[in-house]
Amino acid sequence: MNVISINRNRCKRCGICIEFCPVKLFDTEIDGTPIPQRIEKCTGCKLCELRCPDIAIKVEVIKDERQ
Amino acid sequence: MPKMKMEDYLIEKKLPFFWCAGCGDGIVLSSILKSFANLGYDRKNTVVVTGIGCWGKADDYINTHTFHGTHGRALAFATGIKLANPKLNVIVLMGDGDGATIGGNHLIHAARRNVDITAILVNNFNYGMTGGQYSGTTPEESYTITSRYGHIEPSFDLCNLVEAAGAPYVARGSVYHVVQLQKFIEEGLQKKGFSFIEVISTCPTHFGRLNGMKKAPDIMRWIKDNSVSIAAAEKLSPEELEKKFVLGKFADRDIPDYSTKYQAIIDKCTAKAAKGGVTIER
Repeated sequence: MNVISINRNRCKRCGICIEFCPVKLFDTEIDGTPIPQRIEKCTGCKLCELRCPDIAIKVEVIKDERQ
Repeated sequence: MPKMKMEDYLIEKKLPFFWCAGCGDGIVLSSILKSFANLGYDRKNTVVVTGIGCWGKADDYINTHTFHGTHGRALAFATGIKLANPKLNVIVLMGDGDGATIGGNHLIHAARRNVDITAILVNNFNYGMTGGQYSGTTPEESYTITSRYGHIEPSFDLCNLVEAAGAPYVARGSVYHVVQLQKFIEEGLQKKGFSFIEVISTCPTHFGRLNGMKKAPDIMRWIKDNSVSIAAAEKLSPEELEKKFVLGKFADRDIPDYSTKYQAIIDKCTAKAAKGGVTIER
């Protein structure tokens, strides 16, 4: 399972990551902050990280060794 | 040399960026810094030259040598820097107001001269920093703060302009198509000669707000829906191509650049002077 970390100090709540995630794994907090919710769906494409205008998202792709 | 990371070129303590929420500038900046890291650029051997504008503030966050010039003259300063020391990697960051409208003449002459610099022009269709006035790239019939009843001037096609002026590498990307954009930036940085990359970007605060796209995802979707590749554009009629952004590589050719030709002249003259043919006054 991949790890998505969001830097809340840098995030400006623009909503680009929420809107353009191919598997729609983000939920929105009341102030607009993205919360990675359905993390098991993450394919590790890193489009949220690449499209983040504030370098606030880091996606760590972790390979499951047992599979 | 150890493998470089994007963070090595970023001044992290200055973050968050001063740009508005959803501004495309941050996306382009991270693409550029990732390209620097992938190509293993030496920080001491790299100069980033910027002009004035929102995108001109990008040099505040870059941990290489930077030069913040006057409005529209970034290319002129960069030409001087490159000629003074041709070993440097010179990258010019300019916006559409800076590079295409006020500094439009510098753009065509830099392309004609073919000085070995990489120019990255972020086009957000208006003068964002001064409040959203129209620029030379504002699309016809769109609304800005100085064209409240619809813009009546046609816009510049910058890639065709620079290609016609003789640049060896010309490409257009967008902030939505980030993977393609980074590929163009890396190719442009490696290309010997004047490489020009236009990036279609977002301005939710001014251009988006006045054109019915208040939120950043709306304006990103507008870019996505109106983008076509060069191959697809060839099949479309001119009417269908209006208001569309044609993305792709417009020119990729090998022509000798200015520094190479200039060095050849220096070598020729010093060889002649060594024979006693001419005397060089110092």
